[in-house]
Amino acid sequence: MRIKKLNARQPASSDMRIFVSGNEAIAMAARDSCVKVAAAYPGTPSTEILEYIADYSDIYSEWSINEKVSLEVAIGASLAGSRALCAMKHVGLNVASDALMTQTLIGVSGGLVIVVADDVGLSSSQNEQDSRYWGRFAHVPVLEPSDTQEAYDFTRAAFDLSEEYQVPVIVRATTRICHVKGTLLTSPKVEWTPKAGFEKDPARLVMVPGNAKHRIPLMLERDQQLAKASEISSLNRYEEGSNTALGFVVSGVAYQHVKEAYPDSPVLKLGLSHPAPIEKIRIFRQKVDRLVLVEEVEPLLEKELKAEGIQLEGKDILPRQGELTPEVLKRSVEGLVEREEKPAPRIIAADKVFPRPPTMCVACPHLGVYYTLSKIRNTYISGDIGCYTLGAGHPWNALDTCISMGASMGVALGLDKGRQPEDENKKVIAVIGDSTFLHMGMQGLLDLTYNKGNATILLLDNRAVGMTGGQDAPSSGINLQGEKTSRVDFPGLVKALGVKEERIHKVDPYELPTLFKTLRDETKVNDVSVVITDQPCVLTERYKAMQPLKVEDKDCTGCGNCLDVGCPAILVSRRETVVKPNGKEKELAFATIDTAACTGCNLCVNTCAPDAIIPAENLIENGYAMPEIINAAAPADTVEETE
Amino acid sequence: MNAENITNILVAGIGGQGVMTAAEILSEAALSLGYDVKKTEVAGMAQRGGVVTSHVRFGPVVRSPSILAGEADLLVAFEPAEALRWVNHLRPSGIAMVNSFRQAPPVVSTGLFSYPDDPVGEIHAGGKEVHAFNAGEIALKLGDRRLINTIMLGAISEQLPFETSLLEDSVLKRFAHKSEKLLELNREAFAAGREAAQAS
Repeated sequence: MRIKKLNARQPASSDMRIFVSGNEAIAMAARDSCVKVAAAYPGTPSTEILEYIADYSDIYSEWSINEKVSLEVAIGASLAGSRALCAMKHVGLNVASDALMTQTLIGVSGGLVIVVADDVGLSSSQNEQDSRYWGRFAHVPVLEPSDTQEAYDFTRAAFDLSEEYQVPVIVRATTRICHVKGTLLTSPKVEWTPKAGFEKDPARLVMVPGNAKHRIPLMLERDQQLAKASEISSLNRYEEGSNTALGFVVSGVAYQHVKEAYPDSPVLKLGLSHPAPIEKIRIFRQKVDRLVLVEEVEPLLEKELKAEGIQLEGKDILPRQGELTPEVLKRSVEGLVEREEKPAPRIIAADKVFPRPPTMCVACPHLGVYYTLSKIRNTYISGDIGCYTLGAGHPWNALDTCISMGASMGVALGLDKGRQPEDENKKVIAVIGDSTFLHMGMQGLLDLTYNKGNATILLLDNRAVGMTGGQDAPSSGINLQGEKTSRVDFPGLVKALGVKEERIHKVDPYELPTLFKTLRDETKVNDVSVVITDQPCVLTERYKAMQPLKVEDKDCTGCGNCLDVGCPAILVSRRETVVKPNGKEKELAFATIDTAACTGCNLCVNTCAPDAIIPAENLIENGYAMPEIINAAAPADTVEETE
Repeated sequence: MNAENITNILVAGIGGQGVMTAAEILSEAALSLGYDVKKTEVAGMAQRGGVVTSHVRFGPVVRSPSILAGEADLLVAFEPAEALRWVNHLRPSGIAMVNSFRQAPPVVSTGLFSYPDDPVGEIHAGGKEVHAFNAGEIALKLGDRRLINTIMLGAISEQLPFETSLLEDSVLKRFAHKSEKLLELNREAFAAGREAAQAS
């Protein structure tokens, strides 16, 4: 049949716009602001900023081992006279905050910008926190772009602001800035002369009590100046609207949501949201009948404005978590204004569709680890941040805690030392990935050995930061530019951290019997053991696919053991209920393998008693038919690529 | 800005199917005509086989990057259960173009949840205009399941407010620097999708 055409307006003539994500726009702004040093630790949704910057040969860029180090590198570069940028996800600034809280007393030489990306809505994070707090806490200004263009413009403005007021500047992005693509017009590269080298100035740069106490009044005076600047800054913009029954004060991407939901209302758009232009807001308040303050996530500015006696609606009507999308805004604000009735869309029962939780990849080396962990009894397993957090889910259910980067080590020690009599025989296991271990796990392990803990550490070394897309780290021996560099020696490292040599084992996670025996033996020893797995992430080029497998149906007994591996390429072809000789019923699940997705890691072969899993012939030429119901997880090289 | 002037296309599928690439190609085509364009993803851990949606909005001025429920003009679903999951995003006059090839996650295949009997039928029964065809089978006949996104783009090419050839050019541009074989394969896939949609 013919399908009707959509109705859209004829387009304008073409122009110089490019179509990029907020992350790429921030990278371009760094380039055009003459940044010399950029550093970051990967973290969704900020990861791509440094990946884009790495393409600019004028900028020194690096994967730092954690966010605190990345900020310290940027601080050093600024003091050396260069413009510097560091980028991180929201929880990264918690790690970096120790440096930030004192850096603010020192100020900057070359402009210093911290891009922090809040994961509003928790698309890929362990919490949802509001990084704007750090602006208040550290006495530094906060800029909040609302789209790709502003991600570029505000990052550039941040460098000027940083140098003008001798202050590090936070650019607060959110997932809906970083990962949204929009149009961008870049401006000419700035004419910027580097500062004249590092200047020795201990009274300013050596923060001992005697020096620091003299810097505090200067910081407080800077707060005053920034507050004045905010009142007249063009980053804080008033937009008229015909319907003054309702006015909005808004920052970040929520501005776009407000314009979408209430196109006729006046808006005071805050680009420099901290310190806020209090007087400007007070004047705006007079122009509208009711004022709604829209801020993602916390009622931060709300408290400040209410303390100033400005009447407004805020988190009393708006949600305290998640994105403030046009839908959410309309629902929340509905009570305040009359709204024209729209016919409700016809609802089809879509909510009954099964969930599709993220799975581990086909042939992931972690599969064997969690299969093994799920078979060991009487354990408490402290987990960490990474792909392997998925081990908490179906079918393994083999992870009991997940808190913050590197926490598995300290939590394991606490579980050991704090155990109650009923847990006397429990084995404490910690699971941590290579990059997370290097980020913040090393200290925890040192604490474990120093304090004579009893725990078995599984250090999953897949030589990549897998969860964020397989970035390099000191464990891969490759730097951000793709050059070879030193590669950390894990057995040597954990030995140096106090683990006895005989308690350190390197195991191939695809060799299930060895892995099982090693873990079982080590958990029985009252000491700190480290079991290092050494196979690469399947998302990286280091992984080599092998001949795929299939199930010989006539040999499959339906025991379902292979399903416990949790590989997304292993599926159930049919179920049967049989009655055993003792009269008990037993559920059988016969397996099939999505051979087109399988990369032949052989893990499932290890679990199959009747040897029903065998190598598959060449698929296409032999007329391979995809199973009608197959799993979606694609082999690594197809992820988001058409070719 | 008046929302009536904005075209909203929701592309939905599963991590690894090329949902984001398809949305990217749609965006590029719209951009080349001078529209304002925004594209946003909900793809928390998409690389791990989770649900992926990509919202493409274009028109004179686009504000919010996300398509509101009940306001999508077109739902391009790479999998039938995903079509059902997102169908309420369509406006009453909206159209769903669905790859009818089913892909169930381990939670279904291992029996924790069941797959809907007839997702496309349910969409139809709900009063929506829906077109479904087996893009998975076409992709496999052409020799590569990764062609699904090109096939789906071909399928919707007749419904967009711009010339069919523009979208095809945007697809093929991606393969111009690759092999001639890949270029030809994608040309075939695009044509096959277009044909299948018209027959559906």
